[in-house]
Amino acid sequence: MSIRREDVRYVADLARLELSAAEEEALVAELGAILGYVEKLAELDTEGVPATAHVHDVGTPLRDDVIGNAPNVEALLDNAPERWEGFFRVPKIIE
Amino acid sequence: MSASNLDPSRLTIAAAAERLRRRELSAGEILEACLARIAATEPRLRAFLTVSGELARSQAREADERLRRGEPRSVLDGIPIALKDVFVTRGVRTTAASRILENFVPPYDATTVARLRERGAVLIGKTNCDEFAMGSSTENSAFGPTRNPWSLDRVPGGSSGGSAVAVAAGQCLGALGTDTGGSIRLPAAYCGVVGLKPTYGRVSRQGIVAYASSLDQVGPFGADVRDAAILLEALAGHDPLDSTSAPLPVPRYQDALRPEADGLRVGVPREYFQEGMQPEVESGVREAIAVLESLGAAVEMVSLPHTPYAVAAYYLVATAEASSNLARYDGIRYGRRAAAKTLLETYRRSREQGFGAEVKRRIMLGTYALSAGYYDAYYVKAQKVRTLIRRDFDRAFEQCDVLVAPTAPTTAFRLGEKTADPLTMYLSDVLTISVNLAGLPGMSIPCGVDGGGLPIGLQLIGKPFGEESLLRAAYAYEQATDWHELRPDPALCAAQGPAGGPGDGGARR
Amino acid sequence: MTFEPVIGLEVHAQLLTRSKLFCACSAAFGAAPNAHTCPVCMAFPGVLPVVNRQAVEFAIRAGLAAGCRIAPVSQWARKNYFYPDLPKAYQISMYEAPICVGGRVSFTVGGEHRAVRLTRIHLEEDAGKSIHDAHADSSLVDLNRAGVPLLEIVSEPELGSPAEAAAYLKSLRSIVQYLEICDGNMEEGSFRCDANISVRPAGGDRLGTRAEVKNMNSFRAVERALEHEIARQIAVVSGGGQVVQETRLWDAEREVTRPMRSKEFAHDYRYFPEPDLPPLVVDEAWVERVRAGLPELPSARRVRFVRDLGLPDYDAEVLTARRDVADYFEAAAGGQPNAKAIGNWVMESVLRIVRERRLDDPPRIRDWPVAPEALADLVALIDRGTISGKIAKTVFDEMVASGRPPREIVESRGLVQLTDAAAIAAAVDRVIAAHGDKVAEYRSGKEKLFGFFVGQVMKATEGKANPKQVNDLLRERLRG
Repeated sequence: MSIRREDVRYVADLARLELSAAEEEALVAELGAILGYVEKLAELDTEGVPATAHVHDVGTPLRDDVIGNAPNVEALLDNAPERWEGFFRVPKIIE
Repeated sequence: MSASNLDPSRLTIAAAAERLRRRELSAGEILEACLARIAATEPRLRAFLTVSGELARSQAREADERLRRGEPRSVLDGIPIALKDVFVTRGVRTTAASRILENFVPPYDATTVARLRERGAVLIGKTNCDEFAMGSSTENSAFGPTRNPWSLDRVPGGSSGGSAVAVAAGQCLGALGTDTGGSIRLPAAYCGVVGLKPTYGRVSRQGIVAYASSLDQVGPFGADVRDAAILLEALAGHDPLDSTSAPLPVPRYQDALRPEADGLRVGVPREYFQEGMQPEVESGVREAIAVLESLGAAVEMVSLPHTPYAVAAYYLVATAEASSNLARYDGIRYGRRAAAKTLLETYRRSREQGFGAEVKRRIMLGTYALSAGYYDAYYVKAQKVRTLIRRDFDRAFEQCDVLVAPTAPTTAFRLGEKTADPLTMYLSDVLTISVNLAGLPGMSIPCGVDGGGLPIGLQLIGKPFGEESLLRAAYAYEQATDWHELRPDPALCAAQGPAGGPGDGGARR
Repeated sequence: MTFEPVIGLEVHAQLLTRSKLFCACSAAFGAAPNAHTCPVCMAFPGVLPVVNRQAVEFAIRAGLAAGCRIAPVSQWARKNYFYPDLPKAYQISMYEAPICVGGRVSFTVGGEHRAVRLTRIHLEEDAGKSIHDAHADSSLVDLNRAGVPLLEIVSEPELGSPAEAAAYLKSLRSIVQYLEICDGNMEEGSFRCDANISVRPAGGDRLGTRAEVKNMNSFRAVERALEHEIARQIAVVSGGGQVVQETRLWDAEREVTRPMRSKEFAHDYRYFPEPDLPPLVVDEAWVERVRAGLPELPSARRVRFVRDLGLPDYDAEVLTARRDVADYFEAAAGGQPNAKAIGNWVMESVLRIVRERRLDDPPRIRDWPVAPEALADLVALIDRGTISGKIAKTVFDEMVASGRPPREIVESRGLVQLTDAAAIAAAVDRVIAAHGDKVAEYRSGKEKLFGFFVGQVMKATEGKANPKQVNDLLRERLRG
């Protein structure tokens, strides 16, 4: 299955990646080759075969509804590229 | 060689722990020996992204204090361990070999890191790897490639290349990596060390920078099988912070180490001996199988018919999960943010500048595989094929306890050899990927060298949570051979030594 | 051509757990920005979700109350999209395999009982909060709410009018409040509603193109927004145009819906099973334990109030809308002969005070000063003729202010009704004697003056005279 340039653009938009024209071009070829390779999966009859999302049954781990130790929030916020008081600051969000 | 004049950086963990206990050596001496080797070899090897010398020295001092009192916390107390730079480490920069996390200093530890700290291990530094663990050669690091200590023009394998090299070159006594499609086993094979990828769920993933959540698993590198068993015992166990970790008791893995293989049923998957395989790899592995047989193992051929589909299924499942896992790197709460006027530009440019080409390629592929109209044909199909691959193994394990095969079809390839063609690079993992898709334990141990002196890896594959059988087979083989004692020539790696090419490789330590 | 609207509602109910859905941070409202966060809900590298058992139990409770099938195995899924208040850039939700399937919710509209079918109920995490108006060129992000558990309750598109939609919503809110899983506060956003609306020719069976309307934060807003949107769509279709499938925001000030501007990309959420969480297995024993602990629901209670306490349907509806109010009423009316009168007192006086004092949060009505037994005593004092209904209002206000029992207030302030015929007669005679001119006017036909005489007598007796006795006696004496 070949992938078109507009598919690459659409996917880059979804993934929030800015691509140069050259990168777009390269990806059309590279993704095309990879998708061509994965086409071989179509050879297999998987009718009625369940999908594996998790390999082992480890039960249903659930935690009790208790509030944990207050973490050091300031240490986390310190990593923010831009802050205003206790908030993260980002360029204006348009709704 | 007597204990007194052996370079402490060349000791196994087990031997070093014994000398620490007997106080023939101090943790400080071991650490300094490792730091000296790092200083001598790093200019060439580039196995580390961060050497945490100051932290390590204070940890070594504390360990020596405990050892002096005769109260070591564990067999790892005072042992220098390196961590692949996808392990989140409190107070130590954690980059995942990516520009987007170049200056990220986490305020928390991965569960596995905390377990090592609790046991007294000395955290010597963070090793290089492919960016976000995506790669088979460590060439995808944003900070430059790591070189193979057996031959500097060769790759160390990936993605945990730095950790494998650090152990092979005596920069530390043990190291941790992660394995999503072969990222522990392949570099272990290429660097001539022991690498173990446990069963999915055996070791906590909490605090591991995620690549593909349903495939990622933490595991150790060691100089020999016992060291791998010691490290696995320290790492394994249920973690309430990782819902996919198995609530199973942890066996005493060292107890599985016995020098015979009586009654062990060894299966040889015929699909793992493919055309185009390097003849020396095939003969090395076949000889290893004969050794196991001579040790009492019952060997028979088995079939894993869906093996040819594993790489295709893997690159859809892994990239789909990765596209979602890496979406959090958006330049808002931490990490690199590109200057931009609008929110959309902030996202797009931060990610454009922060991620390398292979990471972008996989994000693109994974996003595509999940997108409207393609989800069933790609992602769901791949997950169904995954079921077929699991069933192959289930059937094989009805007849045997472990499977034995090559870890890779060739020995280490040259830097740059496969970078131009992503698909060729992906096919390096052809023999390791099925194990991740099925969530099984797998291991690579040295079983020879090729004509150029490059190590050959023997892969062992076990049943779910069957690490003991793996270790037993590996240890029996190791006891009967001496490939694990072969180490790269220190002179080759040292900055002032000869810049040798392939062929001037190994020296017994 | 006439058109009919087709409405489906998606309700998000914030669950009353202590901690968040996937981490141990507090889920409480109103902390300083980002004070309730940790590496998990801030989506730092490598962190993993762990499911809150209580949130799952609340979902089961809701499912059982609405008659859903509780799935033995459900599956978490990731919904992928970028937004600054969504730290992981995916929301952990449920998609192909929700925890509750089917079910129905009954409601009353215009005195008629109706029901709407549910598609599903599932668990998901809330996003954080973005503040857009603090700075000209930037927005601020607070992740305290990120990861707080939500129940998404999806109805079938079969509500036929804004009034039905509002009635369903009220009924649903009443249910989640009864279950004590959500406080139902629409203004604070802990009970939110998005609507899917389309119009079609009346009686048609094909659905028209729908628009989704968001940002409605009161029952009134829901009704007004739906009315507006239906009118807008009918105008578009009647004018030969086509309704665009899009998300629109309700602007409560200007009373219009407008399209969201951020629709630069098609919504392609790329749902897939959450690899970090195993399937959610709910065994039969757990379901049965939850079922055994379910409270009586509002609809059942309404029926019982009508049947056993003789309340009119309307009164029963009002009194059962809130569990705390119904509990209060039932505690007051239990074993009393005059449940209807007690009901009136609750509806008129108790709920007035609750509104005035903003005791809308369910836990707080239990703390308020007038115990249900005290209200029953007050009504009994009226029934026995000890005080008049008018005096009772004074007594009630005093009970609210001081918390004292009604009998004590009546006795200490001497409010016992005057029923002594001789005393009343003396008062009546004094009033007649003092207002000879008015008596003459009355007797010459100006009968409106009767009220004046009643007022004078009540004034003379400080309001305590039995009104019936006063009336009877005045009529007799004024006849002359």
